[in-house]
Amino acid sequence: MTPSIAPRFILRWEPAQQAHLLLFPEGVVKLNGSAGEILALCDGRRSAPEIIDALQQKFDAPDGVIAEGVYRFFSEAESKGWVLT
Amino acid sequence: MSDLSIPRGLPMWLTAELTYRCPLKCSWCSNPLDYAAYTANELDTDEWKRVLTEARALGAVQLGLSGGEPLLRDDLEVLVAHADKLGFYTNLITSGVGLTEARLDALIAAGLRQVQLSLQASTATLTDRLVDARAHALKLEAARMVKARGLPMVLNVPLFRHNLGEIDALLRWAAELGIEYVELANIQYYNWALMNRAELMPSLEALREAEQVVERWREAGKRGEHGMTLYFVIPDYYEGRPKACMNGWGNIHLTIAPDGIPMPCVEARVLPGLEFPSVRMHSLDWIWNESPLFKRFRGFDWMSPTCRECPDKEKDFGGCRCQAFLLTGDAAATDPACSRSPDHREVAEITRRAGQPIHFHMPLVKRAATAVIAEATEEVQ
Repeated sequence: MTPSIAPRFILRWEPAQQAHLLLFPEGVVKLNGSAGEILALCDGRRSAPEIIDALQQKFDAPDGVIAEGVYRFFSEAESKGWVLT
Repeated sequence: MSDLSIPRGLPMWLTAELTYRCPLKCSWCSNPLDYAAYTANELDTDEWKRVLTEARALGAVQLGLSGGEPLLRDDLEVLVAHADKLGFYTNLITSGVGLTEARLDALIAAGLRQVQLSLQASTATLTDRLVDARAHALKLEAARMVKARGLPMVLNVPLFRHNLGEIDALLRWAAELGIEYVELANIQYYNWALMNRAELMPSLEALREAEQVVERWREAGKRGEHGMTLYFVIPDYYEGRPKACMNGWGNIHLTIAPDGIPMPCVEARVLPGLEFPSVRMHSLDWIWNESPLFKRFRGFDWMSPTCRECPDKEKDFGGCRCQAFLLTGDAAATDPACSRSPDHREVAEITRRAGQPIHFHMPLVKRAATAVIAEATEEVQ
């Protein structure tokens, strides 16, 4: 699985809100911290395990917690059409 | 129809009305009646670039380039490129008239992300009569060009008595073309639409029928028969509930008129007694955060007791200030579209009349620079 952000969506770090925003036709979603961190790594080149590795190096969390969160997020993001997997 | 899961207080949605000039003469146009007076004072390219930069710094992210017809600005490509460089998600809101392959390619190269195209009917006869121009074929061609380039597209259908029956045919066409979003926008009654309200306003019965057509298309979408997202809102005159206008005054929406006047909504200049500072004299930051105009109806303190004591005030913000003024004469009144408004009877009377057959059809007043003067002359005689 190599997740990428769906073509009509744009991810943007927004200094005015100190958050990642997802922009799309007729909509804006302000992402929470972990959703923003995950999506920022979805460049269409990194695989899901590579994304989990990158997050594990950045954040200190017990084994499996990050992986579980990432897969749960991808399933939700895919159903919203944000991410292609 | 903006997403509600967004924070308050930043002008995240920016509408730049680049010009009020337009090749169409729609009788429901939201532009001011004296639109022609704005042409000489339009912001120039550098002024717009500065305004876009200031808006982006305030937290604006969604940019609608609107009008009039924005394609009449020959610096449109320059402005799109500037907006994209700043990080805006840029949407062209157009009639489609004036769009060519070369122009569209240049706009996409400059960073245009989305096109919102208006269409009024499924046949040339009806569209061209309603907009009073040979526009139908050009609109279909514009839609084809946009889809051929894979740009996401919103089809905007302004709805009123004359074209409510067109929904099914228009959706069939839109589904075939692969349009992603369709806004079935019952028109709101301001400016030109207000002048033509008696002719344009549909009966509740016709609206309910239209709603059922939309419901059938929504069901078809759930079965996977098309991929369109449909928006359909019954006009507030009929709902008994006021609209959460602009999600609150000076809350997340900012509109800038062709002459550089920032407004909480596109209609705000109908309100009397307000001073409208210009971006030519003040920073956008000051206008949004500090000007008396943008503070006037922010929050809840300005509200009438009807609204202040209402449990729904945080949902609908008391409705629309312009509508309150136009129908009651008091911009701080409860929006009379609300069934709790002491003035709701007037709205109920307007909708009751819309349900009755019209015996003496008045010709629709077409948007034209001379139309208002002609009206005034007739009244004097």
